[in-house]
Amino acid sequence: MPIALRTLDDGAWISVNDSRQVSVSDVWTLSRGVFCDCEPAYVLLEGFFDADVDGRVVVTGAVGQCLECGTRDTIERLPVGRMVDGAFCPYDPECVQWGVEPDGERS
Amino acid sequence: MGTDVEQWKDELYGTDIRDEIERFAEEGWESIPDDEQDAWFERFKWYGLYHQRAGQESYFMMRIGPPSGVLEPGQFRRIVEIADEFSRGPAENPEFGNGWIDVTTRQAIQLHWIRLEDVPEIFEQLEDVGLSTVQACGDSWRNIVGCPVAGKDKHEHVDAETLANELHDTFKKNEAHSNLPRKWKVSVTGCDEGCGQGDINDLAFEPAEKEIDGETVTGYNIRVGGGLSRNEPRLARDIDVFATPDQAVDVAGGISALFRDHGDREDRYNARIKFLVDEWGPEKLRETLQVEYVDFELHTAGDDLRESYSYNAGEADGKHDHVGVHEQVDGDYYVGLNVLVGRIGVDDAYDLADAAEEYGSGEVRLTQRQNIIFTDVPESNLEELRSEPVLEEYSPDPHPFQRGSIACTGTEFCSLSIVETKNRQVRFARWLKENVELPAGVENFHIHLSGCTASCAQPQIADVSLRGMKTRKDGEPVEALDIGLGGGLGEDPQFASWVAERVPADEVPGAIANLLENFAEGRDSEHQSFREFVAERDDEELADLIEPEETEYDDPYMHNTKRTWYPYAEDDDMDASPAPARADGTPITSDD
Repeated sequence: MPIALRTLDDGAWISVNDSRQVSVSDVWTLSRGVFCDCEPAYVLLEGFFDADVDGRVVVTGAVGQCLECGTRDTIERLPVGRMVDGAFCPYDPECVQWGVEPDGERS
Repeated sequence: MGTDVEQWKDELYGTDIRDEIERFAEEGWESIPDDEQDAWFERFKWYGLYHQRAGQESYFMMRIGPPSGVLEPGQFRRIVEIADEFSRGPAENPEFGNGWIDVTTRQAIQLHWIRLEDVPEIFEQLEDVGLSTVQACGDSWRNIVGCPVAGKDKHEHVDAETLANELHDTFKKNEAHSNLPRKWKVSVTGCDEGCGQGDINDLAFEPAEKEIDGETVTGYNIRVGGGLSRNEPRLARDIDVFATPDQAVDVAGGISALFRDHGDREDRYNARIKFLVDEWGPEKLRETLQVEYVDFELHTAGDDLRESYSYNAGEADGKHDHVGVHEQVDGDYYVGLNVLVGRIGVDDAYDLADAAEEYGSGEVRLTQRQNIIFTDVPESNLEELRSEPVLEEYSPDPHPFQRGSIACTGTEFCSLSIVETKNRQVRFARWLKENVELPAGVENFHIHLSGCTASCAQPQIADVSLRGMKTRKDGEPVEALDIGLGGGLGEDPQFASWVAERVPADEVPGAIANLLENFAEGRDSEHQSFREFVAERDDEELADLIEPEETEYDDPYMHNTKRTWYPYAEDDDMDASPAPARADGTPITSDD
């Protein structure tokens, strides 16, 4: 089943099937090396780009800043949720996330 | 392949959207197909309707844009009546109640909690008095900003009001310019104080003089590619063009068409003309304009008036805003009233409309500092006007902390914002007024709070720049602000440098108090302005002067306000949201 996936409003949202599902301004917890050297890194996401589906996992590029060390950078292919029976189930930003490699395997 | 937005615009955009809005309004919110919502909400922006953020589905922000912020007699009252009838939400705001108007930094008015079903009637009521929401949002000519006292002002050099109106009349509902790669912000300045703020616009007309065929002609120098958004602020670049008043519309049309044809439609983040000017440089832009888009020889730039610019300049002599009582060229007065963070409750707004009609001509003009101006007040009416109770709050002589405060919409309604802004800025101003003494001689002190890098509150051009952020405090994520210093317009405009980052929001008033104390102690003399004091120091020194600390200031918005359906609701949980709702306000549940 095709999924309509896009970023909206200057990257403020990830829209899945015309429903705004993932918002900027949440603090995501990322493991060391995904974004910076902090362990874990608490990263404020300020904008999304290039939302995509990798298997069942919805991934996105994001611009963010680490709240501890201040690193401001982009992250590619951050998993933000997954599709289950055609419905989007968002991941909890407070749970530690890993990056997704282009081949779909988690690093 | 173009973006989704480009595809939607190709399919249907511009004035064709009106019929679709009318159809959906007639059939109700639920008639918008689920799988077409993103497309329709993008298109609705062209008619000034912006779908509110998650948790507030089916409600819209409506923007009304009068050129140069000039509301003719009767227009302000009509907007207040519309706000009173249609702009009521399901919960109260603790500072502003329920039902208000917001004056914006682009001299427009925004209303919230608008239901789609009411839009046709609102359009009718607006059009009845000559107002419109056309192109107030979306990828086109936005509201044209400019000197709000044009035609009345002793500082006027060239007639900015006429040009702003000509541009408005030419480029609104103009099919050739309806679908641009991105928003298009135009400013017309006619005065020697620089109150059009052209430096931060895509296209700026600046007052100038030029010797042509032995005669001195007044007109405009042209700058292109300014803007503050997305951590990529740019000052508009001088393209070495002078336009006579007769040429100005053609030059504007040429540059707009150039942007239409050469702007980046593949990547919306790179679409604004500031990035095209980065890529091409002003010389290539001028050459392309000359060869492809105008059919007359462009003049080189004339002599400008920038050395006398004082608006939002921080250090120059002259007016920094329009607040106060000022004589017009005809001997009457204009009276600039302070509107803290730009928001006016409907009851106060009715009183203000009454006062404007009773003591002035009934005109109400909007400024880029979120304030309002009554024009044409005879000298004999000034005293009585000043004694009106409503002017106690909307004062022509406000405390500098209130006078200098600007705030964007924030997480109350906006999708982009990271933090709560308007109520917080009201509380900041109140606390600073009660607890902090301004150093001697400081009569203007601008604090601009923007909820994110979109910079709608123009934070980079304030004495103290505040930008929404997050940090962790006591192990928990909390709302925070980056603090910037040194920004301002004027002859030598510059953007603030962000010297302190991620300061917990409840420590910001303490930081400003300490900064001002350090300024008072460290300045060369009482004649040194804050901007001059900042310019003499590097970022490291400045960071040391900001000492964030908790004070008695209490901040009720430290939690993740974006994760609420409405930050001030008694039960603010997303699951408690009454949205989406039908026209009568009854929630539409997922079972429906």
